[in-house]
Parts: sequence; structure tokens; C-alpha cells
Amino acid sequence: MMTNDSPPPRDAERGPLTATLQIGRRDTAKTVRISDSRRMWGKIGGWVLRIVVVLIVLDIVSKFLTADAMKWDTVWFYLFNQKVLNGVVLTLVLTAVAMILGCLIGLILALMKISRSLLLNVAADGYIWIFRGTPLLVQLLFWYNLASFLPSLSIGIPFGPQFLEVDTNSVITSMVAAMLGLGLNEGAYMSEIIRAGIQSVDHGQSEAAAALGMSRRRAMSRVVLPQAMRVIVPPTGNQVISMLKGTSLVSIVAISELLYTVQVIYARTFETIPLLVVACIWYLFLTSVLSIGQHYIEKYYAKGASRNVPDTYLTKLKKLMSRTGHSSYVPRKEPVE
Amino acid sequence: MTRTAPIVQLEAISKHYGPLQVLDAVELEVFPAEVVCIIGPSGSGKSTLLRCVNHLERPDGGVVRLNGEIVGVRESRGQLVEVAPAELARQRTEIGMVFQSFNLFGHMTVLENIIEAPIQVLGTPRAEAKAHARQLLEWVRLEGKEDTYPRQLSGGQQQRAAIARALAMRPKVMLFDEPTSALDPETVGEVLSVMRRLASEGLTMIVVTHEIDFAREVADRVAFMDGGRIVEMGPPEQVLDAPTQERTRKFLSRILNTRADATEA
Repeated sequence: MMTNDSPPPRDAERGPLTATLQIGRRDTAKTVRISDSRRMWGKIGGWVLRIVVVLIVLDIVSKFLTADAMKWDTVWFYLFNQKVLNGVVLTLVLTAVAMILGCLIGLILALMKISRSLLLNVAADGYIWIFRGTPLLVQLLFWYNLASFLPSLSIGIPFGPQFLEVDTNSVITSMVAAMLGLGLNEGAYMSEIIRAGIQSVDHGQSEAAAALGMSRRRAMSRVVLPQAMRVIVPPTGNQVISMLKGTSLVSIVAISELLYTVQVIYARTFETIPLLVVACIWYLFLTSVLSIGQHYIEKYYAKGASRNVPDTYLTKLKKLMSRTGHSSYVPRKEPVE
Repeated sequence: MTRTAPIVQLEAISKHYGPLQVLDAVELEVFPAEVVCIIGPSGSGKSTLLRCVNHLERPDGGVVRLNGEIVGVRESRGQLVEVAPAELARQRTEIGMVFQSFNLFGHMTVLENIIEAPIQVLGTPRAEAKAHARQLLEWVRLEGKEDTYPRQLSGGQQQRAAIARALAMRPKVMLFDEPTSALDPETVGEVLSVMRRLASEGLTMIVVTHEIDFAREVADRVAFMDGGRIVEMGPPEQVLDAPTQERTRKFLSRILNTRADATEA
């Protein structure tokens, strides 16, 4: 249907789409038009908003810094106090142990949920239902008071002979109760994160592994999980950060982590606010360090996932510095008549 | 046709998805060093049939035999039961498969993709697996791409790497599931040329494809599938140029028309 004639005039070619439905025929200059005065008012409004925000922030910060109850020398005195430092260490230990426990339980639950066994599916669902559906604080109190409900713990056949029996109080110390409480609860959340990660990996990957003669287990550990990590790591980083702060809940069972330590001190000295600020400074510092660590772990697991190498903070900073002016400035072209 | 024993035998393979019958008692024998191309409209069951060969799909009826041995199931008191996963895995090492969407392991380099299964499954020493992988990469003309990640390769390069990965297991049969359907037109040729060379080396191949010219040139036999059955099967010059079945004729004329449109535009 090729012709050698010169092309017909454009309008003659118009079918119903362009003619009746007016697709492609809108006059942009007429309909999308921002007047100069509107542009100017928008600019002024932007500056007013910026000034208001700066004033509000300055006001809050100055009140906070100069308040009478805010004794900064007290803050500095306690910031590196040995007891506080011990509290920081215990907070870190609790976070680490609870997260490791949570990840292990989460992985097992995730595998149970994607398995083809109905029994395992239901068991995992039940676990998640209970541990996600009740408050963490209540769970912590429950483990702490386990002895009053089960005076002894034993392993054996249900309703039958028991092989190993121990006194609950000797095993479930308040430290164990805290770790159990945090870890078991975390497992329920981690299982959903890990399952989402596993399911994000294209099914073709495990099929290719199966076709090569790899067992399901090997395909999972060598092919699927490493690629699932890219999806698992970012939300897990959030979980670590919220776990770090969540450990403050165990102050309720008298574990001398960071919050409990400062509570003990201010109960004696009544310097409540400065000591809470001490705790906040530490929490902020630790969560900041964790965020930076998370960035590098994400970069590690992104290998092969993209054609571009992702930016590090350093390269981002360099890019920012090489720009002139502030980053959102884009020179506006004058309309051409 | 060689009168040796067939290497792959499909015996009355049936498969349903719910009420939909995808495969209806399909019979197919493939002999050593033979290239069989399966063509047919989408939904005709050709990919499902291919996936039954290495038991990625479990047939509802019938069995697949590789060198006489039933794949994936065994007879126990007159019933077919699944073999142990390790046994199925062993059988699969003898059947290489190439997928439409390549399915290279995204977190591994090309070399790691190729040596993974030989090391993990066959227990090949790492150095030996690497040397073999390098030879294969040279053979598929991907030398120098060892340390590249799949996503940094073109579709054609990925598919050639995937072929090398399947060959690294030294399979007795190779299955190709529409290996060029996901490729840009300009990279189709490089994959087909690798497959052509494989065929000339005497590898047994079952190829599900839409590339009629490739089938005509390379296949020993062409099977036309429609509605879950092999409607017509025979040498390419018979099935492709002088089909006896109306459905085959219709399908071929549709495909050839599309191609005519494409060249005209």
C-alpha cells in the first residue's frame, strides 16, 4: 500500500479518533496557561511559608535550649556516666538478640506459610495472629510472670511422661523474659517481611534452579533468598530501628537498659527532663548509626539488581556540592514567541 | 529415521487445569540427535507439554520416559507415585531447559550462573567447573562476559548465557521453551545461530517455537499442536509446506500473513 505520490494533507488523514474525539488536537497554549501575576503571588507565598517555618523552628529550639528545667550541664554530666553507658550496651544487646531471634523465627514462619502443607500454614497463621494481635507490653508482662502460671517447664509427650523438668523462675529470668518477649513478637512481623521478599522473586528463578537439578532447599538458600534480601533488607532496617526504641518497653520488667537506667537516676535526683534528654540523645545517635549501616547493607544486596550502581551518601554529597545554588533551582526559559 | 530406541517418550500425556483440558493424551517419541520443533497457536499446550518432560508440570495422566526410565513418578502397586525429590533432581540433571524469559540468576555473574549447578548438584570441582564454563561461554560467543551480571546484558546475550548454563550440566536432551519470543528482533538471530550449531553437533533438542524458518531449516520433525493434541507431525517440508490438516494450514497462513505485514511496514 505504498505510494510514490506526495503525502496527502494531514487533515485529510484524520480518522474518528482525531476528528471527533479531538485526540491530539488540544491547544496547549490556550488551555494550560499560568498568568504572570499568579506566578508572582506563588513566589511570594513560597517565601512567606519558608519564613514562618523558620520562625516556628527557632522558637521551639530556643525555648527548649533555654528552659530552666533544661539543665545542660546535668545532661553532659550523665551522658557518659558509667551507668548510662551500661544501659546503652544492654539496649544494644537486647536489640541484637531480639532481632536475631526475630529473624530466625520470621524465616521459619515464612517458610511454613509458603509451604504446601496446610498444617504448617495454619500453625504459622496462628502464631502471627496471636503475637501481632496482642500488645508487646502485655506479652512482656506475660513472659515475666510465666512462673505464676507454669511453675515448672518440661519437655515430653503431651499428657504423657515428661523427660526434662525445670523450675520456671530459674530459666525465665527477667532478662530471658525480655528477650523472649521482644524476639517472639518480632518474629511475627519479620515473617511477613521475609515472605513478601521470597514472593517478590520471580517464580522462574526457582523453576530454573529445579530444572538444573537443584533441590528445593538449595534453590531457596542459593537462588531465592539472596534475591529476596533486596526486598527484605529495607523494612528490616526499619524493624531494627523500632526494636532499638522498643527495648525501652522492657524497663517495665526492671531490666537496666537505657530508659530504666535514667529512670532510676531521676527517681533519685528529680532531674527528669535532662535525663530523658540523655536517653533521647543516645537513642538518636544509635538509630542514626543504624540508618547508615542499613544503607550499605542495601547496597550490597542490590548487586546485579540494576544496571546503575546506586549512590552512596558520599557520592550524593559530592553531586550536591558540585551544583551551584540550592538543589531545587532550575533556570526558567523565557517563552519564545 | 534411525531405528534406535527413543531417548524421550511421551506416553498418553494428559493435563487439566480445572475443567480446561490442556493436553489430551499426547504421544511423542524423540530419538537421539533428533531435533523436534513444536509449533502451534498460543494456548495449544505446547509449553505445558515441554514442561511435562522434566516434570516442571506433573501430568494428570501418562508418563514421560527418558532412556526408558519414567521421569518424576514411579509405579507402586499399580499406581503412579511421585519419586523422592532427590531422585527427580537427578533425572532433571540429564534434561537441560532454556526458558522464554531466560531466568538467569540475577544476583550471580554469568560465570557464577553457569558453575552453580555443576558445583552444587554434580559436585564438580570449582576449577574444573570454571574451565568448562569458560569453554561454553566461548562456544556461545560470550567470552569476556564472565563477570557481568545478567541485567547488564542484552536479551540475546542473556539467552545465550542461559543456554551455556543448561549445557554445563552435560544434558542428554535440551528443551527450549520459546527461546526467542522475549527477544528484540535483532538479537533473535544470534540465539537461533547458537541453537543451529547445537543441532549440528548432534544434541537431542525439543524446541517450542514460533520461528517457522528455523523449524524448516533445523528440525528433523515438526509437530503442530492445537487444542492439547498433536494435530500433525512429520518432516518440515511436509508439515510446513504441504500440511494435510486444515488447522495447520490456517495457523501457517496466519503466521505468514503477520510476517508479510511486518516486512511491508
